Amino acid sequence: MKLTKLSNLIMLGLALTFVSAGCKKRPTGVTNLPGQGRTRPGDTAGMNGLDQGNGIKPFDPSMVKDGGLAPNAAGSHDGWKNDPDALKAQTVYFDFDKSAVKSSEQPKLDEVANYLRSNPNAAVRVEGNCDERGTEEYNRSLGERRALAAREVLVRLGVDPSRVDTVTYGEDKPAVPGHDESAWSKNRRDDFIVLTPP
Amino acid sequence: MKYHATFLAPTSATCSPVRLILTLFLCGLGLAKLSAQDDTISISRTANFLGQTKPIPICISGFSGEVASVLKFDLAVMGFIDVPLDAAQYILSGSNNGNVQGQLSLGRTVSKSNAGGTITGEVSPKSVLFSKSYSGASIRAQAHRLADDIVLKITGVNGIAETRIAFKVDTGPTSEIYIADFDGHNPQAVTHDHTIVAAPCWVPGHFALYYTSYKSGTPNIFFQNLSSGERNNFAHYGGMNSSAAVSPDGRKVAMILSKTGSPDVYVCDADGGNLKQLTKTREDESSPCWSPDGRWICFASKINERRALYKVSVDGGEPIRIPTSGVASPSEPDWSPDGKWIAFTAQMGGFEICVVPAQGGTATPLVSGEDPSWAPNSRTLVYARRNGGNRVLSLLDVPTKQYKDASRVSGSAASNSQPSWAR
Repeated sequence: MKLTKLSNLIMLGLALTFVSAGCKKRPTGVTNLPGQGRTRPGDTAGMNGLDQGNGIKPFDPSMVKDGGLAPNAAGSHDGWKNDPDALKAQTVYFDFDKSAVKSSEQPKLDEVANYLRSNPNAAVRVEGNCDERGTEEYNRSLGERRALAAREVLVRLGVDPSRVDTVTYGEDKPAVPGHDESAWSKNRRDDFIVLTPP
Repeated sequence: MKYHATFLAPTSATCSPVRLILTLFLCGLGLAKLSAQDDTISISRTANFLGQTKPIPICISGFSGEVASVLKFDLAVMGFIDVPLDAAQYILSGSNNGNVQGQLSLGRTVSKSNAGGTITGEVSPKSVLFSKSYSGASIRAQAHRLADDIVLKITGVNGIAETRIAFKVDTGPTSEIYIADFDGHNPQAVTHDHTIVAAPCWVPGHFALYYTSYKSGTPNIFFQNLSSGERNNFAHYGGMNSSAAVSPDGRKVAMILSKTGSPDVYVCDADGGNLKQLTKTREDESSPCWSPDGRWICFASKINERRALYKVSVDGGEPIRIPTSGVASPSEPDWSPDGKWIAFTAQMGGFEICVVPAQGGTATPLVSGEDPSWAPNSRTLVYARRNGGNRVLSLLDVPTKQYKDASRVSGSAASNSQPSWAR
């Protein structure tokens, strides 16, 4: 247990809490859950699996087995510039109806992690997408799983989770038109959009 | 004149093939009145309900143009068929010179039951059941009212011709939410967000919707009062917020959130408070819907790597699988307002609209399509049908399997999908 890493995480947690408390509007009419802690969107900046009470633990891959790794709060990088081209070659493709990152796609995520290491001010938005061979809301959930799956890999590679936003478009943003496997295989994907500060 | 009523009373009796065959055999011999008669009759009704009921023959005459087409459309999706006079069980005559007038009478009928035996038809004396004239509103509205009056008079159940639907209209890069008459006419845009807007859901008994909009970049759930136009961002937790479903009493909202790391089913109060996580799987849940008693939330999941329908108590607890024997990869469930059926989409190559008894059992595929939503009458479904690269909305009368496409909004290049029936 390295003390520096631990204190970094504490600082990160404090910083995110501060940022989110400062910027996030509460959803209309949402009340805090008594006894169940944090339910507001701003609070999700704390990672699932991190003990937010007495002892803050460093990231451990085994923590993401059950619930997953909590996504960033909505609007974490509002106003940042989008660059869809910088990591275009790293688009990760998925098997039909699957959200696990294939080992053949893993090197692309290594590249994404390297890019973020080389560009310490940048962040990335992972956009999860599906082909049309699923029902619409099923695909919206599947796309979310695909985006979160890539984010988990990036975090395991050492990327700070606050630098990786996610969004699902389900089947609403196909990369290519067409209604056959050659189109579908290109649409089951995670795109990586580089975000830079305004 | 009794036999047409059987399909209005589907029951939840289990239906084993052997017993069904036995029942049909007994019915065919005219021996249905045995000791187990309640059970056997309900079995044959179950079989009749799902796509095997014969439509009620009605002869429609005297109407022209839009009124004639509205009447034929409305009656077809509520289980009637327009036939020549000599085959008609009912006769609808009238006119639409100016306002709509209609007279419903008994016709002659000779028909066979579906249960294997023959019910001898009786020649009825022509007798008038009602004679009505309509004024005001539009000529379409008058025709819809006449259709509903006919259905109520003959079946004793309220018609659906004056109800509305909400749906997604996708024009390529963006989509918006529309509402329209149940047949797709008189569409009105609800949103103008110029982004992806999806998954509309009516608030039962109110002129209000929940839906998902990407207006702020990520999928958030909005509530919109359609009378005032006022809306608020109902749920914008981190990650995905989608698939809102309002409880029958309007007091709770089920939805899919991924705020803890994967898409799970949540429920909260109508004001957004009292949020409760109902599933905690690593896999993706989708498309929650409510049982009409408000006790259960049914949804699609892939728990243990197998896509299936589940229900979970609104108070929490372990999800219970709802078997859908005979079909694969179910999703998009919708519980019928009478509590007896769950309609859903199965994926077996293409997409199939299926119905299963609410407690689970053998699923019956009906037509190609996806995302079914029940009408208030618990017999008509609106769903999306793929037509080339796009989707059109279609209306399916479940007992007779008659279906007709609704009018498409935004032209032939647009997709209309994700219908939600106001009820």
